[in-house]
Amino acid sequence: MTDLSQAEQRRRAIHGWLLLSPALAMLGTFAFYPSVATFWTSLWSRGTRRRPSEFAGLENYRALLEDPTFWKVAWNNLLYAGTTIPLSIAIALAMALWANSKIPARSFVRTAYFTPTVLPMIAAGNLWLFFYTPSFGIINKVGALFGAPAVNWLGQPETALWAICLVTVWKESGFFMIFYLAALQTIPPDLKEAAEIEGASRWTYTRRIVLPLLMPTTLFILVNAMINSVKLIDHLFILTKGGPSDSSKLILYYIWENAYAYFDRPAAAAMTVLVLIGLGLLAAFQFTVLDRRTHYR
Amino acid sequence: MTRLIEPVLAVALAILWISPLLVAVWAAFHNVSDAINFRPTAPLTLDNFRTAWEGAPWLRYFLNSFLLVTSILIGQFVLATLAGFAFAQVRFRGRDAVFTLVLLQLFILPEVLIVENYRVAARLGLLDTILGIGAPYMASAFGIFLMRQAFKSVPRDLDEAARVEGCSLLGVLWRVYVPAARPTYIAYALVSVATHWNNFLWPLIVTNTDSARPLTVGLSIFGAPENGVDISVISAATLMVVAPLLILFLVFQRRFVQAFLTAGIK
Repeated sequence: MTDLSQAEQRRRAIHGWLLLSPALAMLGTFAFYPSVATFWTSLWSRGTRRRPSEFAGLENYRALLEDPTFWKVAWNNLLYAGTTIPLSIAIALAMALWANSKIPARSFVRTAYFTPTVLPMIAAGNLWLFFYTPSFGIINKVGALFGAPAVNWLGQPETALWAICLVTVWKESGFFMIFYLAALQTIPPDLKEAAEIEGASRWTYTRRIVLPLLMPTTLFILVNAMINSVKLIDHLFILTKGGPSDSSKLILYYIWENAYAYFDRPAAAAMTVLVLIGLGLLAAFQFTVLDRRTHYR
Repeated sequence: MTRLIEPVLAVALAILWISPLLVAVWAAFHNVSDAINFRPTAPLTLDNFRTAWEGAPWLRYFLNSFLLVTSILIGQFVLATLAGFAFAQVRFRGRDAVFTLVLLQLFILPEVLIVENYRVAARLGLLDTILGIGAPYMASAFGIFLMRQAFKSVPRDLDEAARVEGCSLLGVLWRVYVPAARPTYIAYALVSVATHWNNFLWPLIVTNTDSARPLTVGLSIFGAPENGVDISVISAATLMVVAPLLILFLVFQRRFVQAFLTAGIK
């Protein structure tokens, strides 16, 4: 392709840009422009009817850092990520190992694990109401059989966030299982045979061979799970609405609340910018630290 | 001993995992007091479904959800095909830089940009329309990436043969690349439909009347405490809403799982 004429090269460039232009126009309108505009909005004060908004510099960020609710919500989100991510990854791994082994009713087991993935989070919220409701919730009923006192799981600050976490783990594990299942099936069977010949126990085989081979998959799932921990908030709308007293409020919910309940766009924008920075760091982590080849064949 | 324990644990976990769904089925077919007291001999009833069905314009919501996922899918197919082809098979300067820029969108979640996207949608007159719900998702970096990978694996010979026959660039794309990438299209379609059929936050923000509300938003309004519906009716409504996708999933299970994999591996 060295003897390409300049005209040919130019023709290709025009074709290339023409093919890209619809996608770039849409990405520009709904991803890049809004990102920049969000940053710009975050630098202006909240306008009122009497006083138009004026340039405020980093004032909104300062106010945010002084807002105890913001810290509460950020902390909640860290707890949410820190709880749901390891739990769902561990459960997903167990699910995949089982779903990949020769057990009876294997296809039922696989289907059951994966089913929550195809349900809307809003519907999941409704389904779980039945488990958490104080007067007749199933968890309390089962607890009562063992003499445990009734707990208002969603109605008290000590348990609300954990109840939300549980629904998320339930929703996510089956999804992550799929990736582990695929990775398990690429492990050559000779490895297992070799391990058996050497007399290694199943546990040793799993720990020394399977788990290391699953590392790239785990990292891939980890990045996905971290992104999702910002995004997965739909069930809050049904189960707790962030309450009681902000105990289960997550950052995206708080952004929504600031923008559409308190009409404080600049505060919402400042928070959005902070989340975008967080996601950007995550992107940098993925592109630099993680091996690109394993994820982008 | 361990041989027995593991299958038992696996099946127990499976039952635990679908128990919320099973409980909803139980509740939906019983009246409230029978449902919450778990009387196994209680009579079955369809009243909850009747009440739920009459309580909201579900047909409208179903239609909206259907139109929504279809329009998003068409938009995604067109944009991802054109852009994916450009990134995979057309060489020009600046391509790699733009590709990196596009990949950035994987991390700029539309969910996080709700506030500013709302303004954009308002300015374009897209509030309370199905197009308004769908537009932010149409140019998906993920879809572009997926199509680029699919097009890259198409053998060069096919491309050249078509060109020798006098096919134009778009002709080659349409006759050679698109048919070759069919499995990727199907996988992408399943994941896209599942995602957008289930999406909630953005549709909630953009819509304010029943004319554009999808099922998820309709369900959340229907089940809100101030509407005073009981848990059996909510269960019935929830089952109605999840039924289409759930049935689709149970019928095309293998395909679905495969789709999530293809799409997830990226």
